[in-house]
Amino acid sequence: MGNEKVITAEQLTKRFGDFVAVDAISFEVSKGEIFGFLGANGAGKTTAMRMLCGLSLPTSGKATVAGFDVFKQNESIKKKIGYMSQKFSLYEDLTVKENIRFYGGIYGKSDSFIKEKTEKLLQQLHLTNEANALVRSLPLGWKQKLAFSVAIFHEPDIVFLDEPTGGVDPVTRREFWNMIYEASARGITVFVTTHYLDEAEYCNRVSIMVDGKIEALDTPAKLKEQYHAESMDEVFLQLARKATRSDG
Amino acid sequence: MRTLKFILQKEFRQIFRDPAIIRMIFLLPVIQLIILPMAADYEIKNIQLAVADHDHSTYSRQLINKITASGYFKLVDYGNSYRQSFGEIEKDRADLILEIPQQFEKQLVREDASTLFIAVNAINGVKGGLGSAYLRSIIQDYNREVRMQWIQFPKFSPEPTIEITSSNWFNPLMNYKFFMVPGILVLLLTMIGVNLTAINIVREKEIGTIEQINVTPIKKYHFILGKLIPFWILGLVVMTLGFVVARVVYGIIPVGSFATIYIFAAVYLLAVLGLGLLISTYAATQQQSMLISFFIMMIFILMGGLYTSIDSMPEWAQWITRFNPVSYFIEVMRMVVLKGSGLADIKQQLLIISGFAVVLNAWAIYSYRKRS
Repeated sequence: MGNEKVITAEQLTKRFGDFVAVDAISFEVSKGEIFGFLGANGAGKTTAMRMLCGLSLPTSGKATVAGFDVFKQNESIKKKIGYMSQKFSLYEDLTVKENIRFYGGIYGKSDSFIKEKTEKLLQQLHLTNEANALVRSLPLGWKQKLAFSVAIFHEPDIVFLDEPTGGVDPVTRREFWNMIYEASARGITVFVTTHYLDEAEYCNRVSIMVDGKIEALDTPAKLKEQYHAESMDEVFLQLARKATRSDG
Repeated sequence: MRTLKFILQKEFRQIFRDPAIIRMIFLLPVIQLIILPMAADYEIKNIQLAVADHDHSTYSRQLINKITASGYFKLVDYGNSYRQSFGEIEKDRADLILEIPQQFEKQLVREDASTLFIAVNAINGVKGGLGSAYLRSIIQDYNREVRMQWIQFPKFSPEPTIEITSSNWFNPLMNYKFFMVPGILVLLLTMIGVNLTAINIVREKEIGTIEQINVTPIKKYHFILGKLIPFWILGLVVMTLGFVVARVVYGIIPVGSFATIYIFAAVYLLAVLGLGLLISTYAATQQQSMLISFFIMMIFILMGGLYTSIDSMPEWAQWITRFNPVSYFIEVMRMVVLKGSGLADIKQQLLIISGFAVVLNAWAIYSYRKRS
């Protein structure tokens, strides 16, 4: 993990009318780091992430991703990042191979790059036999792993994962996190939101959002120490109970 | 360009993998083109006629025979009281009453004149109006026959008479199908173009894949071209199919050249697809997009000049039809298919429809946002 900062946010804010979804958050993420973004439903995690990905225009504040400004250079950011949304977003009516080829292609990868990397990827995911099966027919866990692989197929600097393991069984979740570690080891910065507090322990650093603000940000070990807690679960509950926003 | 290639590949794969879309594109238009022109007939037939005959003479019977033999009327009631016949109208079983007075024959023979009374059920105005007009002309015809029989015309008629003869240009047999089939084809093309494009993009919104696209470096115009090109090609295929049906089933062969029609259609489809695109940028769900395009199609169809003549609309309505791309294509279709107009004759329409294409697509590209 270097000291090079790949994401910086300063007083980043998003309002929807009177509602302040993200309230002046500031943080930095270093290259290769696994940065966990925790918070209850409606805390503003997804909105914050969407601003960094260039999907949502911030109301005020400053932020850079991969060295580009989120206000003005959002299209340049998109070449450098991968994104996996809450909703499953591969094309269910295309085959595994066709999905990989499509996403590889629109990131401007060459045919030979796509071909070689697809083979490798299918082997890693044990999907070689399903290469020509429609994505629709795969079990959820496999789909999620495939979606993650597709999100980092073009070798981005940063990958944003929005609750990537929702609804996935514990074994697959474990495998999923192994994939995250591998990506991080290759130098890809991972920015991940999650509900699962055991997953927070796997992160290098964790930020906990409550009502649009970042209430705590540190390594899991230091957070536990600071809040005199046994687990991240306790840390989270202490903070999240302060929330005044209703679920949603 | 390479990006576009990948997008097109994906779009075509998805289209051809969806049996519902394939049916919508290839089967529905053919079926509709075969059924609709047969049913959507301009001529009014089966007019239900009630006769109140107070005369019961040879002449009155002759007249009724002549009326029913015309093929337009069905005699639903024959009686001798007006009240009884009116009862039929009240029960909506009759459209017209013809009342033949007592002494009809006698008056006609002796006094050279008689009066008949026609009462019209005007609930269905078109049927009533046309029905009474048909009936009038049959009676006049009959009148002439009777006069021929009874009156010796002097060498020079004391009353000057003008005889009118007419000839029908461009559609000599006044076959309404020559008029309807190209028009219906235009409507089908419009409907398919608007709906397929709108639904296709809105579906990506619903599933969430559009967000994945928005987070990639795909350029707006790449994405939009990727959606337009496949449906543009399919639109031209549908039109070709339509002309095959028109030829095989109705024997319609355009008098003008196919090249003229295809050039116009190529531009027209861009306009229509642009509209679909525009709807998709405003609609969040497929229901919304269906509802919007349904509403627009209603106006397009009713104000397109196919079912009602634009020339007989009030001034303000005619003005609205100028914003209806359908009306231009229907006009062009008729000009080329029936009159054999060439590119030079449809220059104005082509120019206007190009304007539609530019404005609608520019608007759609402007309102499609990769970032909210």
